[in-house]
Amino acid sequence: MSKKTLIVIGNGMVGHHFLEQLVETPAAADFDIKVFGEEKLLAYDRVHLSEYFGGSTHADLAMGTADWYAENHIDLRLGEQVTGIDRANQTITTPMGDYAYDELVLATGSYPFVPPIKGNEHPHCLVYRTLEDLDSIRASADGVKTGVVVGGGLLGLEAANALKSLGLDAHVVEFAPRLMPVQLDSDGGALLKHKIEELGVQVHTEKATTEIVEGEEARLRMNFSDDTHLETDLIVFSAGIRPQDALARSSELAMGERGGIVINDQCTTSDPHIHAIGECALWSEKIFGLVAPGYTMARTLASVLNGDTEAAFTGADMSTKLKLLGVDVGSIGDAHAQTPGARNIRFNDEQAGHYRRMVISEDGKTLLGAILVGDNSHYDTLLQYALNGIELPENPETLILPESQGGAPALGPDALPETASICSCHNVSKGDICGVIDAGCTDLAGVKAETKASTGCGGCAALLKNVVDSELEKRGVEVSKDICEHFPYSRQDLFNIVKVNGIRTFRTLIRDHGKGHGCDICKPAVASILATCWNEHILATDHVPLQDTNDTFMANMQKNGTYSIVPRVPGGEITPDKLIVLGEVAKEYNLYTKITGGQRVDLFGATLSELPEIWEKLIAAGFETGHAYGKSLRTVKSCVGSTWCRYGVQDSVGMAIFLENRYKGLRSPHKLKMAVSGCTRECAEAQSKDIGVIATENGWNLYVCGNGGMRPRHADLFATDLSDEELISAIDRVLMFYVRTADRLQRTSVWMENLEGGLEYLKQVVLEDSLGIGEELEKHMADLVDTYQCEWKTAVEDPEKRKRFREFVNAPSKKDPVQQWTTERDQRRPLLEEEPA
Amino acid sequence: MKARTSWDVVCTVDDLVPESGVAVWTEDGPVAVFYLPHRLPALFAVSHTDPFTGKNVLARGITGDLKGQPVVASPLYKQHFNLQTGQCLEDEEVAVKTYPVLLDGNNVRVEIPATNKESAVA
Repeated sequence: MSKKTLIVIGNGMVGHHFLEQLVETPAAADFDIKVFGEEKLLAYDRVHLSEYFGGSTHADLAMGTADWYAENHIDLRLGEQVTGIDRANQTITTPMGDYAYDELVLATGSYPFVPPIKGNEHPHCLVYRTLEDLDSIRASADGVKTGVVVGGGLLGLEAANALKSLGLDAHVVEFAPRLMPVQLDSDGGALLKHKIEELGVQVHTEKATTEIVEGEEARLRMNFSDDTHLETDLIVFSAGIRPQDALARSSELAMGERGGIVINDQCTTSDPHIHAIGECALWSEKIFGLVAPGYTMARTLASVLNGDTEAAFTGADMSTKLKLLGVDVGSIGDAHAQTPGARNIRFNDEQAGHYRRMVISEDGKTLLGAILVGDNSHYDTLLQYALNGIELPENPETLILPESQGGAPALGPDALPETASICSCHNVSKGDICGVIDAGCTDLAGVKAETKASTGCGGCAALLKNVVDSELEKRGVEVSKDICEHFPYSRQDLFNIVKVNGIRTFRTLIRDHGKGHGCDICKPAVASILATCWNEHILATDHVPLQDTNDTFMANMQKNGTYSIVPRVPGGEITPDKLIVLGEVAKEYNLYTKITGGQRVDLFGATLSELPEIWEKLIAAGFETGHAYGKSLRTVKSCVGSTWCRYGVQDSVGMAIFLENRYKGLRSPHKLKMAVSGCTRECAEAQSKDIGVIATENGWNLYVCGNGGMRPRHADLFATDLSDEELISAIDRVLMFYVRTADRLQRTSVWMENLEGGLEYLKQVVLEDSLGIGEELEKHMADLVDTYQCEWKTAVEDPEKRKRFREFVNAPSKKDPVQQWTTERDQRRPLLEEEPA
Repeated sequence: MKARTSWDVVCTVDDLVPESGVAVWTEDGPVAVFYLPHRLPALFAVSHTDPFTGKNVLARGITGDLKGQPVVASPLYKQHFNLQTGQCLEDEEVAVKTYPVLLDGNNVRVEIPATNKESAVA
């Protein structure tokens, strides 16, 4: 049988997701697939568009790669716009010619609605939808001061964030009396407005723009119907979307009255060979302007094309949880209490800036909807109640009260029905999870691998863990928090035991509190705890055998058994003289040299016995160890700051060097990264670090628990406009609390996600000192700072410690015979296994 | 030819590190000698070469016990090897070579098989 041709018009998030789903089905083999995209760029993540100004590139935001399309034999034609559909002959037309199809999928998305205001054609009137739009906004914002977003909805606030991150004074102009009128009520909108204004974005509600004219002090002036006006250098329209349905309209498919391509539950249009998904499609008179329903349509259509007759799109939950300009906003279900008889429970804490509203059914038994502003920690629980119709507790108000006032803890996993959706990215229900556990999965990692749950946005990680733990326990599988077979304790327990009992060696600890002789799991973990508590040299006789090879030899073992060396370069600032020394040493020992992501220099290929010699030279030139081998502070990255940069508002380099020198050597559950940016342009990428500091006009904003790497996490804004002293005190406390309470190898990002009470709790502990341990944490940190020593300096000065660096203890001059090298781009590198010697 | 083995002195007690390993060069190639003072006998010798990568690194691994067996974890990809039998705990088809080892006064001696000794002379 010859293959049929499937054409997809549109390469956005939904179109791409559809292809990802389709290639997983057997039906993929039946089709030659062609994809036409109007934009020249591969599908990218529009939800995180504003990150483009935070330094993300198209590659960071891209959903797939050209290789992925090639591997799946999909003919991807970007920049080739489809101009017509001939339904009778089943062909489409582009400027390059005609193409026949058997099945056609329209995933053309939407375009931004620009209100018909006089003067809106001005070149500095822009929209916010594509990366090209963002490039235009960036160009327009260059060298000017003020920007206005028209539209105070979800996208509008995202756009305002983008303008702010370009360094503009940002304004939001909204026609309705409040922000986010679709999702929020007046109290919620008012609180959001207040919070956003605190962050420096001016909000103007109930403003109808009548015309845009030339400005006097800025490029443009917006005149409003109440005879007021606002001057601005550029305007971004973000006043809603309209379905991109022109192709469908001209080919006379059934259309909605106000646009949109009519589809049935199978995502098929009025032509049985043409289908539509995403924001261009109109289902049951509704356009869905969020990505999740689009994904659901994509999955449905992939099943339909795979011959699944049961597959159907049955609407989508429009609940949303987001962080707008750093402010939590959540909206669930019937947020506006439009269900007849619906009642409200409201909690409004103006002091803390938290607003929560529950909409409950007339009989008080089910949750119909909810609104959250300022704190989304109740969102997951409320969403589960609403989505699954779980009966509310007797006093439903406890669900939104703060815990100190008798608020209920999060909904236990047992209360969730089998149908409860745990991971919405990959559509995994509690029943799916129970299924794989019954089929033999006995741990969280296995469940994740089998179901893909929590591998999308990761927002459900904590919930998933609770469900898996609870289900395993029910089946009699003991969920052990023990660190390994030698200690029946978690890392936090061990920390407390060591601290309280003043234990200084592994031997004492395992004799009194464990069994056996330890292993490669507990030994390094205990070594780290001992270092945090007592700060003895890691090569002290008692500690040597506890360390991973990297810690033992204070260098990073590479795949061929040689080591790499990273001297500390605080804040990334280095003198030419020191740079020359690095070059000279690298040259002398023929070390492959590479700049790291953390503004340091990595020297590769040193043998064990060369390490002390190399360090002797580095130390003589004033270098210290960079702890690249340790679970400890790596680098504090910085931008050049106010000393040089035209935009910098504080000395970011100076602060970065100070922080790096303060926290260097601190042993922690996992590695730590920090960065300091000198202004909101955020060139140091502080929001992807464990500790991120961004300069403001008035001091420093502190972000915590971010992560790049395998599972990126945007850091949470922790405190604003701190003085130097306040900043140090907050970081001392956050770090020491993390070091004391985190699990083994748990980065701050995961620690935060698993911390009961989350960000708010951490703020209470650190900023309000709710546990009364603030001073103690700072004192502990001060002790560690005072007892810092450069491990390498101590090691090279001690002949006993140097003995450890003999490659073969009985043959000092013997070189390891298995090392084989080659030269690439003028540097030495190991010969790979598959390469001929 | 008569099969003959020798007990070669590879290092002294002072070279050993308690609860850890050191690498020595023998006529059979690189060997890792571990000293676990809590055990009797306390000395173990296995090939220094990690069978998964062919790199000479095993002496630099962390020692310990798993289910009662004395083990070392490869510092490269963390597989565990039983120090008595050489058996890899993660893959039953993989093992490292083991050598008889003993303490003779202050000297640590490792028994090198004769056949290997001859072929290793190069």
